[in-house]
Amino acid sequence: MSMTTTETDEVVKESTAPRTPSDQRERERLRRRAARRRGGGWWPYLFLAPWFVGLFGLTIYPMLDSLYLSFTDFDLLSPAKWVGADNYRRMFTDDPNFWDSVHATLVYVVVSVPLKLALALAVAMLLNRPLRGIGIYRAAFYLPSLLGGAVAIAIMWRQIFGGDGLFNDFLGWFGIKGQDWISSPDTSIYTLVLLAVWQFGTPMVIFLAGLKQLPKDVYEAAAIDGAGAMTRFSRITLPLLTPIVFFNVVLQIIDAFKSFTPAYVISNGTGGPLNSTMLYSLYLYKKGFTDLQMGYASALAWVLFLVIAGFTAVNFIAGRYWVHYDD
Amino acid sequence: MSAITAAASPLKRLRALKGPRRILVHTLLVGVALVMLYPLLWMLSSSLKPDTEIFTHPGLIPDKLHPQNYSEGWKGSGNSFSLYITNSLIVTIGAVIGNVISCSLAAYAFARFEFRGKKIWFGLMLGTLMLPMQATLIPQYTLFYNLNWINTFLPLIVPKFLAVDAFFIFLMVQFIRSIPRELDQAAMMDGANPLQIYLKIILPLMRPALVTTTIFTFIWTYDDFFSQLVYLQQNARFTVPLGLTLFLDKTSGSSYGAMFAMSTLALLPTLICFLIFQKRLVEGLATSGMKG
Repeated sequence: MSMTTTETDEVVKESTAPRTPSDQRERERLRRRAARRRGGGWWPYLFLAPWFVGLFGLTIYPMLDSLYLSFTDFDLLSPAKWVGADNYRRMFTDDPNFWDSVHATLVYVVVSVPLKLALALAVAMLLNRPLRGIGIYRAAFYLPSLLGGAVAIAIMWRQIFGGDGLFNDFLGWFGIKGQDWISSPDTSIYTLVLLAVWQFGTPMVIFLAGLKQLPKDVYEAAAIDGAGAMTRFSRITLPLLTPIVFFNVVLQIIDAFKSFTPAYVISNGTGGPLNSTMLYSLYLYKKGFTDLQMGYASALAWVLFLVIAGFTAVNFIAGRYWVHYDD
Repeated sequence: MSAITAAASPLKRLRALKGPRRILVHTLLVGVALVMLYPLLWMLSSSLKPDTEIFTHPGLIPDKLHPQNYSEGWKGSGNSFSLYITNSLIVTIGAVIGNVISCSLAAYAFARFEFRGKKIWFGLMLGTLMLPMQATLIPQYTLFYNLNWINTFLPLIVPKFLAVDAFFIFLMVQFIRSIPRELDQAAMMDGANPLQIYLKIILPLMRPALVTTTIFTFIWTYDDFFSQLVYLQQNARFTVPLGLTLFLDKTSGSSYGAMFAMSTLALLPTLICFLIFQKRLVEGLATSGMKG
């Protein structure tokens, strides 16, 4: 940042001073000082000091420590006891609850992410045109995303899909007699899926921003050539939009794996009925903080971390083949 | 609408809708918006109905207003909601101050200085964006447990002063890069040191980014149920989300109205933020999405 000023200083020095060995030393000294100033000396480290403390104290060290703890028995109160890979062995071969939570999480991710993104894209396409009241529509669709993480919303959802809730009133109009969707193990996870889909506003806003950047002349040319709406969508919009689709897919999958609050509230912290809403993060919480099996919970956390890292990597690699980047 | 349709550009003619199709699109959008917002209206209306009516009179307009739900809910259980709200305020305000200071300092360093390993540090910062908090949860909890910080607000506030929310550093780096360097250099010539430049030039000019950071930190911290659940175990330390979960344990059907009332109330801060900053929230989100 101080580049311009120090360099002009040097130039002035050079032009006025004769070249003698002592001057050369002086110039060397000046050049070194200039380089240091350009680098800012210790200033950047001072500004980054809080971040460094956070990075090492609250991220890197805890990461490594949780890897270590995942190979131990640890209950917080007594020192961790090394048990080798026992936690991982138990998880994969000897813990039906773990597989229940994997099952619930996979259903949740696999059903909610495509539905949510499809709805987000469809509504974004509808909104991507001159339309009266567009600001109000956008706000109405975005609001649930902003509120969605709140406990209050999950409480509301629990009542909507309860036995005498709003959803069954709605079904009643069509003469369908509903059930208690929350306390039935076959349907409870789908109330969580619906809650996730309800929050399609975030990917919608991102899609909308992407749609606005698509080159308009391509559409005109296609329309002149007689391409219909469906053809324009599948041949132009979707291919050009792949980077945004890709970004949304990665983001939503990671979010779904980390989801905790709705499952906790809807099942009142149990993950029930019959583990049907035991999302992975909820199971981890119960193992670590209800059962105080913190070594086991650390192993669960590392599996989650690897799965998320894996999903992200696969998405990036697959993205190379089907993502179109405009260059 | 007709003016837009008649506009000169062939594109506008192509995209603006006419007649029945326009009505169809509006009908579709209004339909989706109604389905989206109806649950919220239903909760608001239920919060104003007597318990006996909530599930028997499904209409949106209560026969008779029953605001007692709010006074009954406010009493809470164990402690009153005024305490839960105070606790939430302490946590969110602390978090906002922490994020604004620590993230802007880090962003200033990344945006304006060259230093050894800058690329690696920046990459690490971006890497932490992807990191699920579960991966560091247990050791962090152990650390705060050993510091005797459980049941205090410190585990929820202190990390924010250590710039752990990399998203905001990234947001601010992007913003500072758009501030002309000539301003820094002019101040430098006047003898200002980097700290003075940060305080007098960068901070005032990056106010929009600081406002975005403030709003998102406020909403996300206020709603951060998981951390609050883990670190705050005594009723006297409960925040609004924790206070709300107490309603879940009541098996008697007599407190539904109070539960809806306090849930509605709990959404108000976020809702007000949304109404005031709607445009900034949507835009901030879109740009961060495009760049991330």
